[in-house]
Amino acid sequence: MLLGISILLICQLCGEVLVRLLNFPVPGPVVGMVLLLLILIIKGSVPKAVQSVGDALLNNIALLYVPAGVGLMEHFKLISKDWLVISIALVVSTLVTMAVTAIVLKLLTEHHIDKEKPYD
Amino acid sequence: MTKTTADLSSLWVYLAASPLLSLTVTLVTFQCCVWLNKKLGKSALFHPVLLSMAVLITFLKVANISYDTYFKGAQFVHFLLGTATVALAIPLYHHLDWVKRMFFPLIIACFTGATTAALSAIAVGMWMGASRETIMSLAPKSVTSPIAMGISEKIGGLPALTAGLVLITGAIGCLIAAPLYRLLKIRHDSVKGFALGLSAHGFGTAYAFDISQLAGAFAGLAIGLTGIISAFLLPLLIKSLGI
Repeated sequence: MLLGISILLICQLCGEVLVRLLNFPVPGPVVGMVLLLLILIIKGSVPKAVQSVGDALLNNIALLYVPAGVGLMEHFKLISKDWLVISIALVVSTLVTMAVTAIVLKLLTEHHIDKEKPYD
Repeated sequence: MTKTTADLSSLWVYLAASPLLSLTVTLVTFQCCVWLNKKLGKSALFHPVLLSMAVLITFLKVANISYDTYFKGAQFVHFLLGTATVALAIPLYHHLDWVKRMFFPLIIACFTGATTAALSAIAVGMWMGASRETIMSLAPKSVTSPIAMGISEKIGGLPALTAGLVLITGAIGCLIAAPLYRLLKIRHDSVKGFALGLSAHGFGTAYAFDISQLAGAFAGLAIGLTGIISAFLLPLLIKSLGI
């Protein structure tokens, strides 16, 4: 377990360092994710230790968003100023965005996905 | 005051300020909400994250505990979010064949989706006569919050407002995904996951992992791609529109 978490933390740390050194407009963990993916591709398999720690984290990923979510209470004042515009804009835009993305991806990939099995 | 109530109130003062209380309350609330969500038939309206947010915000307001004090305990959970983001590489690796096969469609869908997210928010905002500041705070709302706040600052929005809007967008995304996919007959989990991650970032990804590991992997991929593309695209888009 310690080995697994160390590998994840090293990737996160390297990601953070790279972002700061290169002045990249992306959060460190996203770069860390790319680094880990490269390591896994080079190695050709997922080490057991990494897999078990990763499973533990990803199985509970919803919990990890709760502290940030509670932060919404800090923004009530700013949001309530323009709440009507904001709510309509958010609902319409999220709906349209999700629909457009799903339709575009579905149309572009239909021939190779739908003929094959995987609805896993 | 009697001795016991004085003792109790000093105990409360101690607990309310200690990280132990907020950490414990966060974990317990979340597990109760997962249990309740199951009882309610896993409805998206009562998604454990949304339910926990509502319960915890109410609790903090009633107990008169500030978010900063709460966060001193909750930060231990929050910290793991970065590590979990790194771990998203694992399901991505397991489904690498799918990613490779869908590579160009994914890039095209991401560009289209990220542009739609920003333009539709700007259009509704302008149409309803919102201030420029509000519109610019709305534009990056589908992007994961650290990137969204950076973009917001760059294009003249309020990063703090954007942070709040990003959270609400995530919640909306979880609520609309299932009915929307049914309506549009979206069946493949990779498409479901990617659209969730693109439009509703981390909340969408958490929701996608409830669908399947494949959906979760594609949602994680979408967060990263959308973040990178939006960070470069949005400032250019705003400039070329001349808003």
